[in-house]
Amino acid sequence: MSEHAVAGTQTVPIQITLNGEPRSLSVSPVTTLLDLLRNHLDLTGTKKGCDHGQCGACTVLIDGQRFNSCLQLAVMQDGKAITTIEGLAQDGRLHPLQAAFIEHDAFQCGYCTPGQICSAVALIEEGRATSREEIREFMSGNLCRCGAYTNIVDAIEDVAVRRRQPLQEAAE
Amino acid sequence: MKRFSYHRADSVADAVQALCATPDARIVAGGTNLVDLMKYGVETPSALVDVTRIAALNGIDDTDEGGLRIGALVPNRTVAEDARVTTRFPLLASAILAGATPQLRNAATTGGNLNQRTRCYYFYDTKTPCNKREPGSGCPAIGGVNRIHAILGASEHCIATHPSDMCVALAALGAEVRVEGPNGARRIPFADYHRLPGDAPERDNTLQPGEIVEAVLLPPEAEAFAGHHSYLKLRDRLSYAFALVSVAGALDIREGRIVAARLALGGVAHKPWRREEAEAALVGSPADEAAFAAAATHLLEGARGHEHNTFKIELARRAILRALGQAAAGTPQSQTDKRIA
Repeated sequence: MSEHAVAGTQTVPIQITLNGEPRSLSVSPVTTLLDLLRNHLDLTGTKKGCDHGQCGACTVLIDGQRFNSCLQLAVMQDGKAITTIEGLAQDGRLHPLQAAFIEHDAFQCGYCTPGQICSAVALIEEGRATSREEIREFMSGNLCRCGAYTNIVDAIEDVAVRRRQPLQEAAE
Repeated sequence: MKRFSYHRADSVADAVQALCATPDARIVAGGTNLVDLMKYGVETPSALVDVTRIAALNGIDDTDEGGLRIGALVPNRTVAEDARVTTRFPLLASAILAGATPQLRNAATTGGNLNQRTRCYYFYDTKTPCNKREPGSGCPAIGGVNRIHAILGASEHCIATHPSDMCVALAALGAEVRVEGPNGARRIPFADYHRLPGDAPERDNTLQPGEIVEAVLLPPEAEAFAGHHSYLKLRDRLSYAFALVSVAGALDIREGRIVAARLALGGVAHKPWRREEAEAALVGSPADEAAFAAAATHLLEGARGHEHNTFKIELARRAILRALGQAAAGTPQSQTDKRIA
């Protein structure tokens, strides 16, 4: 057995980078990443919707990729860099997607919004936001019960198009 | 979630040993299905064996035989975006993109996709009987709500379906599953990996105690289908839903005639549904609707519906015709633009 073998009642030491800060934590094997963030670290921006990977409200970035934090065990995140909605703004300036969601009124109640924005950050990095159809398909893991989808697509398309423009101008 | 002990395995041998030492332990990697089942109390393992740090289970590599080896840990998205997969085995990439969501495809692994459990409502609901969850307790899906259930290969004990899209493509492409266990490594033809429910629906596949999936192997001959393939998935909403019926169709057409064909269905049985007679009916024929209809008849022979899913028999027949038509035309179904051409 390796050093990382523990009984169910014990905790396991893990080291993660959370929103840019190194953190040494001790977690129970049964704790999900979502519950670690919300209940143990007071980072309540990440929302618990269905808790079964079906709604996307809990979406966070792990090593830059999007995941449902409700289905990730905290104990398995050892060594990973995790970014939540709280970590997107830099030096007091909103992330372009946060600003775009406000500009396009891309929410109503706002509960799904942190997950939508984290998901969209990864979507644009994946290079999958090249058309409205593609944005809709590749945002299918984020549900919005208020039905703000049209404006959500507008906000993401706005940022994706602006991101591509400098590249196109440089190519010309 | 019931408490469990946690073991981070550092090698395949270590993982196998841990599984043998604790028979009710489960392998965890992406966790997308297992953690969910644990939250519902459907799975209550006393231990989880974390295999995500085992380098030998990772990577996509060319094989000596000229095919591809996809490590059990490779996430669905990585497979779907790999240039070797998209050029040589595009049917597989397409099927993966038809399933789940970007978040889930980032987490879900190749091995985990094979071993995911059915999404039968009764299997998930621990307050109802279920022969798959509790052998001998009964099957309320028979005579109950069974829209998503099997029309082929079911038994009086279970009418659940295997939910994977990826596995339908792997079945069509004639993949093999490489497993490692206490008695060494072995290769299982994909058709023999999953099983029909029979009188033991609690067993989804032919893995033996202590065995883990090491990799999936794609054979070089399946590259012949790269030009003519389609994965058509029909479901109750356009995205992020399990298949009512899905079709993986692949043809090798030379001088107007089909020289080799593969055809597998998803959403209709306890395993990806493939029959040699259906593919044989295509070989030697022109790629036309008469040949496709003959294949559909063979593939659906013996299909039987239940209260809420008899429509799937005709839906499957039409989907086969459409998917093979798309494959023949070289215009595979888009997984982004869901209009069916």
